[in-house]
Amino acid sequence: MAAERILEVEGLSVAIPTPSGMLHPVQNVKFHVDRGETVAIVGESGCGKSLTSLAIMNLLPHRAMRSADRLVLDDTDMLRLGERQMSDIRGNRMSMIFQEPMTSLNPAYTIGDQLTEGPRRHGQSGMSEARDRAVWLLEKVGITAATNRLRQYPHQLSGGLRQRVMIAMALMCGPDLIIADEPTTALDVTIQAQILHLLAELQREFRTGLILITHDLGVVARVADRVAVMYAGQIVEEGTAHRIFTTPSHPYTRGLLDCIPIPGKTARGSHLGSIPGIVPSLIGEMPGCHFAERCRHATGRCTSRPVGLGDGLGPDHRVRCVFSPEELQP
Amino acid sequence: MSVPVIEVRDVGRTFMISSGFMRPKRPLHAVNGVDLAIEPGEVMALVGESGCGKTTLARMMMGLLSPSGGEILLDGKPIAGWNRSVIARAVQPIFQDPYSSLNPRKTVGSIITLPLRVQGAAEPEGWTRRAEEIMELVGLPRRLFNAYPNQLSGGQRQRVAIARALINRPKMVICDEPTSALDVSVQSQILNLLQDLRAELGLTYLLISHNLAVVEHIATRAAVMYLGRIVEQNAADVLFSAPRHPYTRALLASVLTPDPGLGVPDTHLGASYPNPLELPTGCTFHPRCADAMDDCARRIPVHTVVPGGHVTCHLHQNGGGSDAGT
Repeated sequence: MAAERILEVEGLSVAIPTPSGMLHPVQNVKFHVDRGETVAIVGESGCGKSLTSLAIMNLLPHRAMRSADRLVLDDTDMLRLGERQMSDIRGNRMSMIFQEPMTSLNPAYTIGDQLTEGPRRHGQSGMSEARDRAVWLLEKVGITAATNRLRQYPHQLSGGLRQRVMIAMALMCGPDLIIADEPTTALDVTIQAQILHLLAELQREFRTGLILITHDLGVVARVADRVAVMYAGQIVEEGTAHRIFTTPSHPYTRGLLDCIPIPGKTARGSHLGSIPGIVPSLIGEMPGCHFAERCRHATGRCTSRPVGLGDGLGPDHRVRCVFSPEELQP
Repeated sequence: MSVPVIEVRDVGRTFMISSGFMRPKRPLHAVNGVDLAIEPGEVMALVGESGCGKTTLARMMMGLLSPSGGEILLDGKPIAGWNRSVIARAVQPIFQDPYSSLNPRKTVGSIITLPLRVQGAAEPEGWTRRAEEIMELVGLPRRLFNAYPNQLSGGQRQRVAIARALINRPKMVICDEPTSALDVSVQSQILNLLQDLRAELGLTYLLISHNLAVVEHIATRAAVMYLGRIVEQNAADVLFSAPRHPYTRALLASVLTPDPGLGVPDTHLGASYPNPLELPTGCTFHPRCADAMDDCARRIPVHTVVPGGHVTCHLHQNGGGSDAGT
């Protein structure tokens, strides 16, 4: 059975005018998500992973300019939609889970009001139907005494519970796609495991596509089907989670994996790997590889002309590097 | 055996929490009967979920909060009644967020030398030289002496915070989540630096972190806290390879290593973290414990000494436990 494509992104770029020139935080990003699939976008702060998701949702800050060749949700071409029609899609067919459950819930409204807002706004159901669904979803995400919770305010819930409410809220309208931006970063490891468990379970049940945005490689390895590694606005490596973690091929991906201590593998107390230097400024045009100035393999070849995302490693693994993996062996 | 750099004996801290208008305040036992001794040169890690009392304990060790019970000893001398700046000479903190822990209006040089001014160190004319020396030690270029924090990257800011902590040669550094606000590639640089400085300056660390992979990597000993109590303590290699307390096991099980295909583990910690105002009876962990027995809800487990450390759990009490718990 061919996988059913739920989101297709091609040539997505974001430009933000600044006093010192045009900033290009997202450059020519291309990826897709199938129904029921989890695609992780990994990278460090400033790599453009969050702006990519905001660009898909058309929620960029107003000065930022979006351009794309293709942006298709199921069978809807989102590039042709006006703001009015986009807001009919957001929270309805495509919803988002944000990092900070403390700040993204409105403290002045009850959980019930906030959960039922989506279905009422999108005219999907009446109040009582929406409340029934809210209770059902709260129970699904493991919240006990759900009917009473609807009357509570966000401050009466713990961090883990608020994040569960956020997940339930994202599912209220039965979306085709969920974008989760660092959904577990603010939580304890024990709660993190529970929330990820829950997300995977719900996703299987509802066959929702999931874009997981995170910097945590452990989370990515355990949850994602496919992974896109971003650096300085570009996807530098993309492939199945298995390929990315067993045969990482871009020097940046390898560098990231060397930086984290892995219990049982990294010798205790040993020096961890590091990536010297800092992320380049993305103002103006940048010819060649963005990672070149921090890469120990870099030569003149790297910076002279643009480096494309090559698929020399097979259909399910693409790398943006002028060298072949064999050439990069230490 | 050498004298511990810092020793905490049966320390507790209770906060009175308002439970609403016209209702009596209720006690919250943030830290409860904690014993901890940190030997020179050790990296003692304190792990546990948020709200377990890690930071409250650390604040008491820095003299920022006085214990409601028990005593804290620095080099074998009780610190009760000491001036804070005297304690600060021996114990210095490094905080989580280098964006909020540095004064944005002060230059790097002035931030780093602040402890010398506060503690009234000798030879003010030599302070600049000392600041430059410590900057070199933590890997900050000297030209940043007159820079402001907003001109620095996250990693450089954390290096400034480390330089500030180390300038007056403390014995003990309390690192409260020193790398969790940093990017992965910067985090490893800071961890390497902390390791090097410990070897070079003979420092002792108390490391508070929720990242158990980091703890396992650099700690020599570890103590696991749950609801204000230390439930297990041992040498790090023992604790991580053969955890005894079910809570320690659950914590370790929830560490996500980058191994594709393993999926997300089930920690079996079903119920959420209990309300610390309404502590469960008996062993406070029993509602979430996969191995709970009838006895656990009724009797408080006692500390059981095991090779290298101790554990507080009914499963590990010799001869099925005693009635000492009340």
